[in-house]
Amino acid sequence: MIKVLKSGFYTTIQDKGRVGFASLGVPVSGVMDSYASDMANSVLNNSLEAAVVEIYSGSCEFQFLCATFICVSGGDFSLKLNKQAIGLNKKISVSKNDILSFGKANYGARCYLAVAGGIQSEVKLNSRSFYKGITQDIFLQRGMEIAISEVTKSQLVSNASIKVNALHFSSQTIKCYKGPEFEQLHAAQQKELFEKFFSISKDINRMGYRLNETIPNTLTSILTSAVLPGTVQLTPSGKLIILMRDCPVTGGYPRVLQLPEEAINCIAQKATSSQFQFVLEDL
Amino acid sequence: MQLLLDNIHTYKSFGAKAILIEWKAIIEEAILKDILEFKDKINSQKSESYLDYSIGYNSLTIIFKDIILDFNKEVEKLKLIYTLNSTIKPVQNFLWDIPVCYDLEFGIDLEEMSQSLNLEILEIIKIHTESIYTVFFIGFLPGFLYLGGLNSKLFFDRKPNPRLNVEVGSVGIGGEQTGVYPVNSAGGWNILGRTPIIFFDLEVSNPCFAKAGDQIKFSVITKKEFLELEILVSKKSYQLFKTVIND
Repeated sequence: MIKVLKSGFYTTIQDKGRVGFASLGVPVSGVMDSYASDMANSVLNNSLEAAVVEIYSGSCEFQFLCATFICVSGGDFSLKLNKQAIGLNKKISVSKNDILSFGKANYGARCYLAVAGGIQSEVKLNSRSFYKGITQDIFLQRGMEIAISEVTKSQLVSNASIKVNALHFSSQTIKCYKGPEFEQLHAAQQKELFEKFFSISKDINRMGYRLNETIPNTLTSILTSAVLPGTVQLTPSGKLIILMRDCPVTGGYPRVLQLPEEAINCIAQKATSSQFQFVLEDL
Repeated sequence: MQLLLDNIHTYKSFGAKAILIEWKAIIEEAILKDILEFKDKINSQKSESYLDYSIGYNSLTIIFKDIILDFNKEVEKLKLIYTLNSTIKPVQNFLWDIPVCYDLEFGIDLEEMSQSLNLEILEIIKIHTESIYTVFFIGFLPGFLYLGGLNSKLFFDRKPNPRLNVEVGSVGIGGEQTGVYPVNSAGGWNILGRTPIIFFDLEVSNPCFAKAGDQIKFSVITKKEFLELEILVSKKSYQLFKTVIND
Protein backbone atom coordinates (compact mmCIF):
# COMPACT_ATOMS: atom_id res chain seq x y z
CA MET A 1 0.00 0.00 0.00
CA ILE A 2 0.96 3.62 -0.53
CA LYS A 3 -0.62 6.16 1.80
CA VAL A 4 -1.47 9.64 0.50
CA LEU A 5 -0.15 12.15 3.04
CA LYS A 6 -0.71 15.24 0.84
CA SER A 7 -2.84 14.95 -2.25
CA GLY A 8 -1.81 17.94 -4.36
CA PHE A 9 -4.31 19.14 -6.94
CA TYR A 10 -5.97 16.70 -9.31
CA THR A 11 -3.63 13.80 -8.63
CA THR A 12 -5.12 10.73 -10.32
CA ILE A 13 -4.44 7.09 -11.15
CA GLN A 14 -4.15 6.44 -14.89
CA ASP A 15 -3.27 3.66 -17.27
CA LYS A 16 -3.70 3.58 -21.05
CA GLY A 17 -7.45 4.15 -20.69
CA ARG A 18 -10.71 2.54 -21.79
CA VAL A 19 -10.81 1.31 -25.31
CA GLY A 20 -13.88 -0.21 -26.92
CA PHE A 21 -16.59 1.75 -25.13
CA ALA A 22 -17.03 4.77 -27.41
CA SER A 23 -20.47 3.46 -28.43
CA LEU A 24 -21.57 3.90 -24.79
CA GLY A 25 -20.22 7.46 -24.76
CA VAL A 26 -17.30 6.51 -22.51
CA PRO A 27 -14.15 8.65 -22.99
CA VAL A 28 -10.78 6.99 -23.51
CA SER A 29 -9.04 8.74 -20.56
CA GLY A 30 -5.58 7.46 -19.60
CA VAL A 31 -2.20 9.10 -18.99
CA MET A 32 -1.92 12.60 -20.46
CA ASP A 33 1.74 12.03 -21.39
CA SER A 34 2.23 8.41 -22.48
CA TYR A 35 5.87 9.10 -23.39
CA ALA A 36 6.65 9.83 -19.74
CA SER A 37 4.52 7.04 -18.27
CA ASP A 38 6.02 4.52 -20.71
CA MET A 39 9.46 5.56 -19.56
CA ALA A 40 8.63 5.11 -15.87
CA ASN A 41 7.09 1.70 -16.51
CA SER A 42 9.95 0.60 -18.77
CA VAL A 43 12.59 1.40 -16.17
CA LEU A 44 10.76 -0.96 -13.78
CA ASN A 45 10.22 -3.65 -16.42
CA ASN A 46 6.45 -3.15 -16.00
CA SER A 47 3.94 -3.62 -18.78
CA LEU A 48 3.40 -0.28 -20.54
CA GLU A 49 -0.27 -0.71 -19.66
CA ALA A 50 0.50 -0.72 -15.91
CA ALA A 51 -1.30 1.95 -13.91
CA VAL A 52 0.68 4.90 -12.54
CA VAL A 53 -0.03 7.95 -10.39
CA GLU A 54 -0.34 11.10 -12.49
CA ILE A 55 0.88 14.13 -10.57
CA TYR A 56 -0.24 17.47 -11.96
CA SER A 57 0.48 20.22 -9.52
CA GLY A 58 3.26 18.87 -7.33
CA SER A 59 2.89 19.52 -3.58
CA CYS A 60 1.99 15.94 -2.81
CA GLU A 61 3.47 13.40 -0.46
CA PHE A 62 3.20 9.63 -0.25
CA GLN A 63 4.27 7.12 2.38
CA PHE A 64 5.13 3.57 1.40
CA LEU A 65 3.62 0.98 3.72
CA CYS A 66 5.80 -1.76 2.21
CA ALA A 67 9.13 -1.99 0.42
CA THR A 68 9.09 -1.73 -3.36
CA PHE A 69 10.80 -0.16 -6.35
CA ILE A 70 9.62 3.05 -7.96
CA CYS A 71 10.45 5.25 -10.90
CA VAL A 72 9.28 8.81 -11.52
CA SER A 73 9.29 10.24 -15.06
CA GLY A 74 7.99 13.35 -16.79
CA GLY A 75 8.21 16.89 -15.39
CA ASP A 76 10.72 17.73 -12.67
CA PHE A 77 8.85 18.43 -9.42
CA SER A 78 11.83 18.68 -7.00
CA LEU A 79 11.44 15.02 -6.12
CA LYS A 80 12.60 13.92 -2.66
CA LEU A 81 12.76 10.61 -0.83
CA ASN A 82 12.93 11.13 2.95
CA LYS A 83 13.90 14.78 2.26
CA GLN A 84 16.87 13.76 0.07
CA ALA A 85 16.72 14.85 -3.56
CA ILE A 86 16.46 11.92 -5.96
CA GLY A 87 16.59 11.66 -9.74
CA LEU A 88 13.99 11.08 -12.40
CA ASN A 89 13.86 8.09 -14.76
CA LYS A 90 15.73 5.84 -12.35
CA LYS A 91 14.77 2.70 -10.59
CA ILE A 92 14.76 3.55 -6.90
CA SER A 93 14.44 1.17 -4.00
CA VAL A 94 12.08 2.34 -1.26
CA SER A 95 11.69 0.83 2.18
CA LYS A 96 8.70 0.56 4.45
CA ASN A 97 7.68 4.00 5.85
CA ASP A 98 9.77 5.96 3.33
CA ILE A 99 8.22 9.27 2.32
CA LEU A 100 8.26 10.47 -1.28
CA SER A 101 7.47 14.13 -1.87
CA PHE A 102 6.84 16.27 -4.93
CA GLY A 103 7.48 20.02 -4.71
CA LYS A 104 7.38 22.83 -7.22
CA ALA A 105 7.79 22.23 -10.94
CA ASN A 106 11.21 23.10 -12.39
CA TYR A 107 10.10 22.02 -15.84
CA GLY A 108 7.14 20.16 -17.32
CA ALA A 109 3.52 20.15 -16.20
CA ARG A 110 2.99 16.62 -14.89
CA CYS A 111 4.94 13.57 -13.83
CA TYR A 112 4.29 9.91 -13.23
CA LEU A 113 4.98 7.68 -10.27
CA ALA A 114 5.30 4.06 -11.33
CA VAL A 115 5.76 1.20 -8.85
CA ALA A 116 7.02 -2.29 -9.55
CA GLY A 117 4.11 -4.37 -10.84
CA GLY A 118 1.88 -1.31 -11.25
CA ILE A 119 -0.81 0.35 -9.12
CA GLN A 120 -3.60 -2.11 -8.29
CA SER A 121 -6.66 0.13 -7.90
CA GLU A 122 -10.16 -0.94 -9.01
CA VAL A 123 -10.69 -1.81 -12.67
CA LYS A 124 -13.82 -0.39 -14.33
CA LEU A 125 -14.51 -1.13 -18.00
CA ASN A 126 -11.04 -2.64 -18.43
CA SER A 127 -9.16 0.32 -17.01
CA ARG A 128 -8.02 1.82 -13.72
CA SER A 129 -8.05 5.39 -15.08
CA PHE A 130 -10.01 7.74 -12.83
CA TYR A 131 -13.07 9.26 -14.45
CA LYS A 132 -16.12 10.83 -12.84
CA GLY A 133 -19.12 8.50 -12.98
CA ILE A 134 -16.99 5.48 -13.80
CA THR A 135 -14.46 5.02 -11.01
CA GLN A 136 -15.44 5.57 -7.42
CA ASP A 137 -12.63 8.08 -6.87
CA ILE A 138 -11.97 10.93 -9.25
CA PHE A 139 -8.77 12.18 -7.64
CA LEU A 140 -6.54 11.10 -4.79
CA GLN A 141 -7.25 12.56 -1.39
CA ARG A 142 -5.31 12.73 1.84
CA GLY A 143 -5.51 9.54 3.86
CA MET A 144 -6.32 7.25 0.94
CA GLU A 145 -4.32 4.07 0.60
CA ILE A 146 -3.35 2.91 -2.87
CA ALA A 147 -2.92 -0.81 -3.44
CA ILE A 148 0.32 -1.97 -5.09
CA SER A 149 1.57 -5.44 -5.90
CA GLU A 150 4.09 -7.35 -3.87
CA VAL A 151 7.59 -7.19 -5.30
CA THR A 152 8.97 -10.50 -6.45
CA LYS A 153 12.62 -11.42 -6.09
CA SER A 154 13.20 -11.42 -9.82
CA GLN A 155 12.58 -7.71 -9.90
CA LEU A 156 15.30 -7.03 -7.39
CA VAL A 157 17.88 -6.30 -10.06
CA SER A 158 20.24 -3.39 -10.44
CA ASN A 159 19.30 0.16 -11.38
CA ALA A 160 18.44 1.03 -14.93
CA SER A 161 18.21 4.57 -16.20
CA ILE A 162 17.07 6.02 -19.51
CA LYS A 163 17.94 9.24 -21.28
CA VAL A 164 15.05 11.65 -21.88
CA ASN A 165 14.58 13.72 -25.00
CA ALA A 166 14.77 17.29 -23.64
CA LEU A 167 12.77 18.56 -26.62
CA HIS A 168 9.79 16.71 -25.19
CA PHE A 169 9.48 19.54 -22.66
CA SER A 170 10.86 22.52 -24.55
CA SER A 171 9.81 22.05 -28.17
CA GLN A 172 7.84 24.94 -29.64
CA THR A 173 6.70 22.99 -32.63
CA ILE A 174 3.66 20.75 -32.38
CA LYS A 175 3.23 18.20 -35.14
CA CYS A 176 -0.25 17.88 -36.58
CA TYR A 177 -2.28 16.44 -39.43
CA LYS A 178 -5.20 18.01 -41.26
CA GLY A 179 -8.45 17.45 -39.40
CA PRO A 180 -11.65 16.32 -41.14
CA GLU A 181 -12.89 19.92 -41.65
CA PHE A 182 -9.48 21.46 -42.46
CA GLU A 183 -10.22 21.84 -46.17
CA GLN A 184 -13.29 23.95 -45.38
CA LEU A 185 -11.00 26.73 -44.12
CA HIS A 186 -9.99 29.44 -46.59
CA ALA A 187 -6.37 29.57 -47.68
CA ALA A 188 -5.80 32.62 -45.47
CA GLN A 189 -7.21 30.84 -42.41
CA GLN A 190 -5.08 27.78 -43.11
CA LYS A 191 -2.00 29.96 -43.44
CA GLU A 192 -2.73 31.68 -40.15
CA LEU A 193 -3.02 28.32 -38.38
CA PHE A 194 0.58 27.55 -39.22
CA GLU A 195 2.14 31.00 -39.07
CA LYS A 196 0.77 32.16 -35.79
CA PHE A 197 2.27 31.38 -32.41
CA PHE A 198 -0.42 30.00 -30.14
CA SER A 199 -0.30 30.04 -26.35
CA ILE A 200 -1.95 27.88 -23.75
CA SER A 201 -4.70 29.63 -21.77
CA LYS A 202 -5.61 29.22 -18.10
CA ASP A 203 -8.54 27.10 -19.17
CA ILE A 204 -6.86 23.69 -19.24
CA ASN A 205 -7.76 20.31 -17.82
CA ARG A 206 -7.66 16.62 -18.69
CA MET A 207 -10.54 17.15 -21.10
CA GLY A 208 -9.02 19.90 -23.20
CA TYR A 209 -6.60 22.81 -23.56
CA ARG A 210 -8.09 26.09 -24.73
CA LEU A 211 -5.66 28.37 -26.59
CA ASN A 212 -5.61 32.17 -26.18
CA GLU A 213 -5.37 33.38 -29.77
CA THR A 214 -8.20 33.48 -32.27
CA ILE A 215 -8.34 32.88 -35.97
CA PRO A 216 -11.20 34.24 -38.06
CA ASN A 217 -13.91 31.59 -38.09
CA THR A 218 -16.34 31.32 -40.97
CA LEU A 219 -17.23 27.67 -40.42
CA THR A 220 -20.56 26.61 -38.99
CA SER A 221 -21.00 23.76 -36.53
CA ILE A 222 -21.02 20.23 -37.90
CA LEU A 223 -23.58 17.51 -37.18
CA THR A 224 -22.32 15.88 -34.01
CA SER A 225 -19.57 13.42 -34.96
CA ALA A 226 -16.57 11.64 -33.44
CA VAL A 227 -13.75 13.51 -31.75
CA LEU A 228 -10.54 11.93 -30.45
CA PRO A 229 -7.83 12.91 -28.01
CA GLY A 230 -5.68 15.32 -30.05
CA THR A 231 -8.54 16.70 -32.12
CA VAL A 232 -8.23 20.51 -32.46
CA GLN A 233 -11.66 22.16 -32.58
CA LEU A 234 -12.38 25.64 -33.90
CA THR A 235 -15.04 27.22 -31.66
CA PRO A 236 -17.52 29.90 -32.83
CA SER A 237 -15.43 32.62 -31.11
CA GLY A 238 -12.41 31.66 -33.26
CA LYS A 239 -10.53 30.13 -30.35
CA LEU A 240 -9.02 26.69 -30.66
CA ILE A 241 -9.43 23.82 -28.20
CA ILE A 242 -7.01 20.91 -28.20
CA LEU A 243 -8.98 17.94 -26.90
CA MET A 244 -7.06 15.80 -24.43
CA ARG A 245 -7.49 12.32 -22.91
CA ASP A 246 -10.78 12.81 -21.02
CA CYS A 247 -12.57 14.42 -23.98
CA PRO A 248 -16.08 13.26 -24.85
CA VAL A 249 -16.42 10.79 -27.74
CA THR A 250 -18.39 13.21 -29.92
CA GLY A 251 -18.48 16.94 -30.58
CA GLY A 252 -20.06 19.52 -32.85
CA TYR A 253 -17.29 22.06 -33.52
CA PRO A 254 -15.31 21.80 -36.77
CA ARG A 255 -12.23 19.57 -36.37
CA VAL A 256 -9.49 21.55 -38.10
CA LEU A 257 -6.38 19.64 -36.97
CA GLN A 258 -5.50 16.30 -35.45
CA LEU A 259 -2.43 15.85 -33.25
CA PRO A 260 -0.57 12.54 -33.22
CA GLU A 261 0.23 10.77 -29.96
CA GLU A 262 3.67 12.37 -29.53
CA ALA A 263 2.23 15.88 -29.97
CA ILE A 264 -0.51 15.23 -27.39
CA ASN A 265 2.26 14.15 -25.01
CA CYS A 266 4.19 17.39 -25.67
CA ILE A 267 1.10 19.53 -25.04
CA ALA A 268 0.47 17.62 -21.80
CA GLN A 269 3.80 18.97 -20.49
CA LYS A 270 3.06 22.62 -21.36
CA ALA A 271 1.82 25.10 -18.79
CA THR A 272 -0.39 28.18 -19.14
CA SER A 273 1.14 30.83 -21.48
CA SER A 274 3.62 28.41 -23.12
CA GLN A 275 3.90 29.23 -26.80
CA PHE A 276 4.13 26.97 -29.80
CA GLN A 277 3.43 26.66 -33.51
CA PHE A 278 1.53 23.96 -35.34
CA VAL A 279 3.57 22.22 -38.02
CA LEU A 280 1.66 20.30 -40.65
CA GLU A 281 2.76 16.78 -41.51
CA ASP A 282 1.47 14.64 -44.31
CA LEU A 283 -0.24 11.42 -43.41
CA MET B 1 -33.80 -2.47 -53.50
CA GLN B 2 -33.88 0.93 -52.00
CA LEU B 3 -31.90 3.66 -53.54
CA LEU B 4 -29.31 4.84 -52.50
CA LEU B 5 -28.88 8.57 -52.22
CA ASP B 6 -28.93 8.09 -48.46
CA ASN B 7 -26.28 5.39 -48.73
CA ILE B 8 -23.61 7.44 -50.48
CA HIS B 9 -20.64 7.90 -48.20
CA THR B 10 -17.04 9.07 -48.35
CA TYR B 11 -13.85 8.14 -46.53
CA LYS B 12 -11.45 10.57 -44.84
CA SER B 13 -8.37 9.99 -42.78
CA PHE B 14 -8.76 11.20 -39.20
CA GLY B 15 -5.30 11.32 -37.68
CA ALA B 16 -2.91 8.41 -38.00
CA LYS B 17 -5.15 5.78 -36.42
CA ALA B 18 -8.72 6.46 -37.55
CA ILE B 19 -10.86 6.59 -40.66
CA LEU B 20 -13.94 8.78 -40.74
CA ILE B 21 -16.79 7.63 -42.97
CA GLU B 22 -19.33 10.36 -43.69
CA TRP B 23 -22.83 10.35 -45.15
CA LYS B 24 -24.85 13.35 -46.31
CA ALA B 25 -25.05 15.96 -43.53
CA ILE B 26 -28.67 15.49 -42.55
CA ILE B 27 -30.39 13.77 -39.61
CA GLU B 28 -32.18 10.91 -41.29
CA GLU B 29 -33.16 7.43 -40.14
CA ALA B 30 -32.23 5.85 -43.46
CA ILE B 31 -28.68 7.08 -42.92
CA LEU B 32 -28.65 5.73 -39.36
CA LYS B 33 -29.79 2.36 -40.70
CA ASP B 34 -27.00 2.31 -43.28
CA ILE B 35 -24.42 3.26 -40.64
CA LEU B 36 -25.61 0.54 -38.24
CA GLU B 37 -25.60 -2.14 -40.94
CA PHE B 38 -22.10 -1.14 -41.98
CA LYS B 39 -20.97 -1.18 -38.34
CA ASP B 40 -22.42 -4.69 -37.86
CA LYS B 41 -20.64 -5.94 -40.99
CA ILE B 42 -17.36 -4.49 -39.75
CA ASN B 43 -17.85 -6.08 -36.32
CA SER B 44 -18.64 -9.44 -37.90
CA GLN B 45 -15.18 -9.43 -39.49
CA LYS B 46 -13.73 -9.80 -35.98
CA SER B 47 -10.64 -8.09 -37.34
CA GLU B 48 -7.89 -7.32 -34.87
CA SER B 49 -7.04 -4.15 -36.79
CA TYR B 50 -10.19 -2.38 -35.61
CA LEU B 51 -10.10 -1.29 -31.99
CA ASP B 52 -13.32 0.67 -31.62
CA TYR B 53 -15.95 2.62 -33.50
CA SER B 54 -17.86 5.81 -32.85
CA ILE B 55 -21.17 6.80 -34.42
CA GLY B 56 -22.42 10.32 -35.19
CA TYR B 57 -25.61 11.50 -36.91
CA ASN B 58 -24.05 11.06 -40.34
CA SER B 59 -20.74 9.40 -39.59
CA LEU B 60 -19.00 6.23 -38.55
CA THR B 61 -15.44 6.52 -37.27
CA ILE B 62 -13.30 3.40 -37.20
CA ILE B 63 -10.45 3.54 -34.71
CA PHE B 64 -7.51 1.32 -35.60
CA LYS B 65 -5.23 -0.53 -33.23
CA ASP B 66 -2.08 0.54 -35.06
CA ILE B 67 -1.01 3.42 -37.24
CA ILE B 68 -2.61 3.14 -40.67
CA LEU B 69 0.24 2.58 -43.11
CA ASP B 70 -1.75 2.52 -46.33
CA PHE B 71 -4.95 4.59 -46.15
CA ASN B 72 -6.17 3.63 -49.62
CA LYS B 73 -5.74 -0.06 -48.95
CA GLU B 74 -7.71 0.18 -45.70
CA VAL B 75 -10.47 2.12 -47.50
CA GLU B 76 -10.64 -0.59 -50.17
CA LYS B 77 -11.05 -3.20 -47.43
CA LEU B 78 -13.86 -1.21 -45.82
CA LYS B 79 -15.56 -0.68 -49.18
CA LEU B 80 -15.49 -4.41 -49.74
CA ILE B 81 -16.99 -5.04 -46.29
CA TYR B 82 -19.75 -2.52 -47.08
CA THR B 83 -20.77 -4.43 -50.20
CA LEU B 84 -20.91 -7.79 -48.42
CA ASN B 85 -24.36 -9.27 -48.46
CA SER B 86 -25.28 -9.22 -44.85
CA THR B 87 -25.87 -12.74 -43.63
CA ILE B 88 -25.51 -11.72 -40.04
CA LYS B 89 -28.63 -11.59 -37.96
CA PRO B 90 -29.55 -7.96 -37.44
CA VAL B 91 -29.15 -6.73 -33.87
CA GLN B 92 -32.51 -6.67 -32.08
CA ASN B 93 -33.74 -3.15 -31.38
CA PHE B 94 -36.23 -2.14 -28.70
CA LEU B 95 -38.67 0.63 -27.92
CA TRP B 96 -38.08 1.68 -24.30
CA ASP B 97 -40.74 3.29 -22.17
CA ILE B 98 -39.17 5.94 -19.96
CA PRO B 99 -41.32 7.23 -17.07
CA VAL B 100 -40.92 11.00 -16.56
CA CYS B 101 -42.31 13.23 -13.85
CA TYR B 102 -43.11 16.64 -15.39
CA ASP B 103 -43.86 18.20 -11.98
CA LEU B 104 -42.75 21.85 -11.82
CA GLU B 105 -40.33 20.92 -9.06
CA PHE B 106 -38.37 18.92 -11.64
CA GLY B 107 -39.45 20.71 -14.83
CA ILE B 108 -37.77 23.92 -13.82
CA ASP B 109 -37.95 25.48 -17.30
CA LEU B 110 -41.53 24.47 -18.15
CA GLU B 111 -43.00 27.85 -17.18
CA GLU B 112 -40.50 29.83 -19.25
CA MET B 113 -40.97 27.51 -22.23
CA SER B 114 -44.74 27.76 -21.89
CA GLN B 115 -44.57 31.55 -22.13
CA SER B 116 -42.06 31.73 -24.95
CA LEU B 117 -43.67 29.00 -27.03
CA ASN B 118 -47.17 30.23 -26.24
CA LEU B 119 -48.20 26.70 -25.30
CA GLU B 120 -49.92 25.50 -22.14
CA ILE B 121 -47.60 23.40 -19.95
CA LEU B 122 -49.97 20.46 -20.38
CA GLU B 123 -49.74 20.89 -24.14
CA ILE B 124 -45.91 20.82 -24.00
CA ILE B 125 -46.05 17.60 -21.96
CA LYS B 126 -48.59 16.10 -24.37
CA ILE B 127 -46.43 16.86 -27.41
CA HIS B 128 -43.25 15.63 -25.70
CA THR B 129 -44.82 12.30 -24.71
CA GLU B 130 -46.59 11.73 -28.04
CA SER B 131 -43.47 11.29 -30.17
CA ILE B 132 -41.37 8.19 -30.52
CA TYR B 133 -37.69 9.16 -30.53
CA THR B 134 -34.90 7.29 -32.27
CA VAL B 135 -31.54 6.79 -30.56
CA PHE B 136 -28.98 7.93 -33.15
CA PHE B 137 -25.92 7.40 -31.00
CA ILE B 138 -24.49 7.85 -27.50
CA GLY B 139 -22.00 10.65 -26.88
CA PHE B 140 -21.13 13.76 -24.83
CA LEU B 141 -21.30 11.79 -21.55
CA PRO B 142 -21.43 8.05 -20.79
CA GLY B 143 -25.05 7.03 -21.44
CA PHE B 144 -26.18 10.33 -23.02
CA LEU B 145 -28.53 9.38 -25.87
CA TYR B 146 -28.74 11.59 -28.93
CA LEU B 147 -32.41 11.39 -29.87
CA GLY B 148 -34.05 12.34 -33.15
CA GLY B 149 -37.73 13.02 -33.61
CA LEU B 150 -38.57 16.05 -31.47
CA ASN B 151 -41.74 17.80 -32.64
CA SER B 152 -40.70 21.15 -34.14
CA LYS B 153 -43.29 22.91 -31.96
CA LEU B 154 -40.95 22.23 -29.03
CA PHE B 155 -37.69 23.42 -30.63
CA PHE B 156 -36.18 25.74 -28.04
CA ASP B 157 -32.70 27.32 -27.94
CA ARG B 158 -30.21 26.27 -25.32
CA LYS B 159 -29.79 28.61 -22.35
CA PRO B 160 -27.33 31.44 -23.05
CA ASN B 161 -25.60 30.61 -19.76
CA PRO B 162 -25.43 26.89 -19.02
CA ARG B 163 -26.33 25.79 -15.49
CA LEU B 164 -23.35 24.61 -13.46
CA ASN B 165 -25.26 21.57 -12.32
CA VAL B 166 -28.19 19.78 -13.92
CA GLU B 167 -29.50 16.90 -11.80
CA VAL B 168 -29.11 13.32 -13.00
CA GLY B 169 -32.26 12.09 -14.79
CA SER B 170 -33.25 15.57 -15.96
CA VAL B 171 -35.13 15.50 -19.27
CA GLY B 172 -34.37 18.50 -21.42
CA ILE B 173 -34.65 20.21 -24.78
CA GLY B 174 -31.65 21.83 -26.48
CA GLY B 175 -32.40 23.36 -29.86
CA GLU B 176 -33.91 20.62 -32.01
CA GLN B 177 -32.95 17.78 -29.68
CA THR B 178 -34.35 16.22 -26.54
CA GLY B 179 -32.52 13.96 -24.10
CA VAL B 180 -31.82 12.82 -20.56
CA TYR B 181 -28.80 13.78 -18.40
CA PRO B 182 -27.24 10.43 -17.34
CA VAL B 183 -25.19 12.01 -14.52
CA ASN B 184 -25.10 15.34 -12.69
CA SER B 185 -23.47 17.66 -15.18
CA ALA B 186 -23.14 21.24 -16.29
CA GLY B 187 -25.58 21.82 -19.12
CA GLY B 188 -27.51 24.36 -21.14
CA TRP B 189 -30.64 22.45 -22.02
CA ASN B 190 -34.12 23.52 -20.89
CA ILE B 191 -35.43 21.09 -18.30
CA LEU B 192 -38.96 19.69 -18.60
CA GLY B 193 -38.95 16.94 -16.00
CA ARG B 194 -37.03 14.11 -14.44
CA THR B 195 -36.89 10.33 -14.77
CA PRO B 196 -35.84 7.95 -11.98
CA ILE B 197 -34.38 5.61 -14.62
CA ILE B 198 -30.59 5.21 -14.61
CA PHE B 199 -29.06 5.56 -18.08
CA PHE B 200 -25.53 4.52 -17.15
CA ASP B 201 -24.95 1.86 -14.50
CA LEU B 202 -21.65 0.05 -14.14
CA GLU B 203 -23.14 -2.46 -11.71
CA VAL B 204 -24.94 -4.23 -14.53
CA SER B 205 -23.25 -6.10 -17.34
CA ASN B 206 -24.52 -3.73 -20.02
CA PRO B 207 -24.04 -0.24 -18.51
CA CYS B 208 -26.46 1.48 -20.89
CA PHE B 209 -29.67 -0.39 -21.73
CA ALA B 210 -30.24 1.53 -24.95
CA LYS B 211 -28.14 1.53 -28.11
CA ALA B 212 -28.07 3.27 -31.47
CA GLY B 213 -31.15 2.22 -33.46
CA ASP B 214 -33.39 1.75 -30.40
CA GLN B 215 -36.38 3.98 -29.73
CA ILE B 216 -37.54 5.90 -26.68
CA LYS B 217 -40.99 6.98 -25.58
CA PHE B 218 -41.58 9.17 -22.55
CA SER B 219 -44.65 8.59 -20.39
CA VAL B 220 -46.03 10.79 -17.63
CA ILE B 221 -45.80 9.74 -13.99
CA THR B 222 -46.85 11.64 -10.87
CA LYS B 223 -44.46 12.87 -8.20
CA LYS B 224 -45.67 10.04 -5.94
CA GLU B 225 -44.94 7.44 -8.63
CA PHE B 226 -41.55 9.03 -9.25
CA LEU B 227 -40.59 8.61 -5.59
CA GLU B 228 -41.80 5.01 -5.55
CA LEU B 229 -39.94 4.16 -8.76
CA GLU B 230 -36.80 5.85 -7.48
CA ILE B 231 -36.74 3.39 -4.57
CA LEU B 232 -37.37 0.40 -6.83
CA VAL B 233 -34.63 1.55 -9.21
CA SER B 234 -32.14 1.96 -6.36
CA LYS B 235 -32.96 -1.59 -5.20
CA LYS B 236 -32.49 -2.77 -8.80
CA SER B 237 -35.96 -4.26 -8.71
CA TYR B 238 -37.48 -2.16 -11.47
CA GLN B 239 -37.77 -3.65 -14.94
CA LEU B 240 -38.00 -1.14 -17.76
CA PHE B 241 -40.91 -1.74 -20.09
CA LYS B 242 -39.67 -2.53 -23.59
CA THR B 243 -41.13 -3.80 -26.84
CA VAL B 244 -39.32 -5.30 -29.78
CA ILE B 245 -39.30 -3.04 -32.81
CA ASN B 246 -40.56 -4.94 -35.82
CA ASP B 247 -38.59 -3.93 -38.81
